[in-house]
Amino acid sequence: MREVWILTRRELRAFFDSPSAYIVLSVFLLITGWFFGNTLFVENVASLRSFFDLAPVLFMFFIPALTMGTFAEERRAGTIELLLTLPVRDGQVIVAKLLSVVTVLLVALALTGIYVLTLAVLGDPDNGGTLGGYLGLALLGLSCSALGLLASSLTRNQIVAFILGFAMIFGLYLLDKVTIFVPGWLASVLEYLSIDFHYRNLMRGVIDSRDVLYYLSLTAFAGLLTAYHLARRPE
Amino acid sequence: MNTGTRVMIEVRELTKRYGSEVAVDRISFSVRSGEVLGFLGPNGAGKTTTMKVITCYLPPTEGTVLVDGLDVRQDSLTIRQKIGYLPENTPLYPDMVTYDYLEFMAAMRGLDGAVRRRRLAEVIEVCGLGEVLNKRIDTLSKGYRQRVGLAQAMVHDPPILILDEPTSGLDPNQIVEIRSLIKTLGREKTVILSTHILPEVQASCDRVLIIHRGRIVADGTPDELQSAHGGQRILFGVQASESEVRAALERVDGVRVEDARAEGDGTLLFRLSTDGQQDLRPELFRLAVERGWTLTELHRERVDLEEVFRQLTMN
Repeated sequence: MREVWILTRRELRAFFDSPSAYIVLSVFLLITGWFFGNTLFVENVASLRSFFDLAPVLFMFFIPALTMGTFAEERRAGTIELLLTLPVRDGQVIVAKLLSVVTVLLVALALTGIYVLTLAVLGDPDNGGTLGGYLGLALLGLSCSALGLLASSLTRNQIVAFILGFAMIFGLYLLDKVTIFVPGWLASVLEYLSIDFHYRNLMRGVIDSRDVLYYLSLTAFAGLLTAYHLARRPE
Repeated sequence: MNTGTRVMIEVRELTKRYGSEVAVDRISFSVRSGEVLGFLGPNGAGKTTTMKVITCYLPPTEGTVLVDGLDVRQDSLTIRQKIGYLPENTPLYPDMVTYDYLEFMAAMRGLDGAVRRRRLAEVIEVCGLGEVLNKRIDTLSKGYRQRVGLAQAMVHDPPILILDEPTSGLDPNQIVEIRSLIKTLGREKTVILSTHILPEVQASCDRVLIIHRGRIVADGTPDELQSAHGGQRILFGVQASESEVRAALERVDGVRVEDARAEGDGTLLFRLSTDGQQDLRPELFRLAVERGWTLTELHRERVDLEEVFRQLTMN
């Protein structure tokens, strides 16, 4: 546990020491702020709805941008060899990297708390929906981060890692959007596998253990694939 | 080599394959404490792969690797604690400040508080990093980067150091510094270093393994290797007619005339090579006396390690 903490701290420091961190966070806030502001000022509706609607699409870009360097850059620079010969297990390294990405994500989400405060002052927001929405975003973010780490472990090239990560998340996002083209039994399977479907459930303020379980298993699955791939020690 | 030392690394019948390609082919050797072992071999010979197995980065395909009596397959985490590793090309986190990086590596190896501060101060002193402690690693020169790499390998005072091409990319002064550092370390630690620079082996290693195409083709001290392979050369200068000397030399067993050239003063200088280890100088001296040649030069030189290396790795 101590090693995980030291690794996480190093990752976070490296992230917040670089200007790209602030660019990524600012762009995230700018875009979410634009949509939130539009709803508030143009449509005159005090609601986080459009922010929550937009967030999964934003995550598709935002999270691979956070994760693309995690393993790809270590592989490119060769530092992975030193990292994986330290007295730690590969799994601890993966968990530490996941924790650091999720921490950045939570910082980004915390910053959107301004929107919640604004609404609390101006109107009468749906507290259940807000809570469910944020829980959904956190879980969605967790599993997308795990997918992003997997993508980053597959290549030495950060750009490729970004595109792969995006493709994985986008693929899972699309699953419940194509249900009209497939027979009913398959539709419900696709729906269950969709990364967006469970988020919509949580967003309604209904916290169902099945949805929570889905994100946790997706995270574990991506983590195991990453561990499996790293154990083969790709060059 | 010190006496009363113990075997720190034992490699038995190690094979490592990448897919169908065999990188290391059933090699066996052991290294004792207080010994500096040099891996010598052309690029792609299997030096780095062997090191990666010992440091627990790659699992062996077949065979056993014991580090301080522990098996790399079973006790990887304990073994890692005993090893300081400097991989090829000295990978470091470019965006970190030197001191933070060393502190991070020390913390990962379980060093804390006062012990960590003391060890950091020691390696900073030994590796001469005082001036660059607050600089980002990507602003450091190659020489300093190499020293940071060595410092992180030594920070937890491990009994074993594995250094993959520790002097590559350094200028001659830095090379001398690093070599003397390795020599000092080698007195109490077990050191394996790889190189394809031959003088390096002579300068810093107690023992050499020449690896070629995944196999060990020679194992011994630099002196042993020189005498065991390729015989010797003799410089033989006489004042006499060339054809007579040539004819006489051809009758001496085991001698080949490599070339002959005339010196200004009427001396003919023959370069001879011999196959065996037997010293032919007395015989040549007697030959000259018998024939009444004036002997001006009789000098034996060992075939250098470079020659041995070429012979063993050319085919």
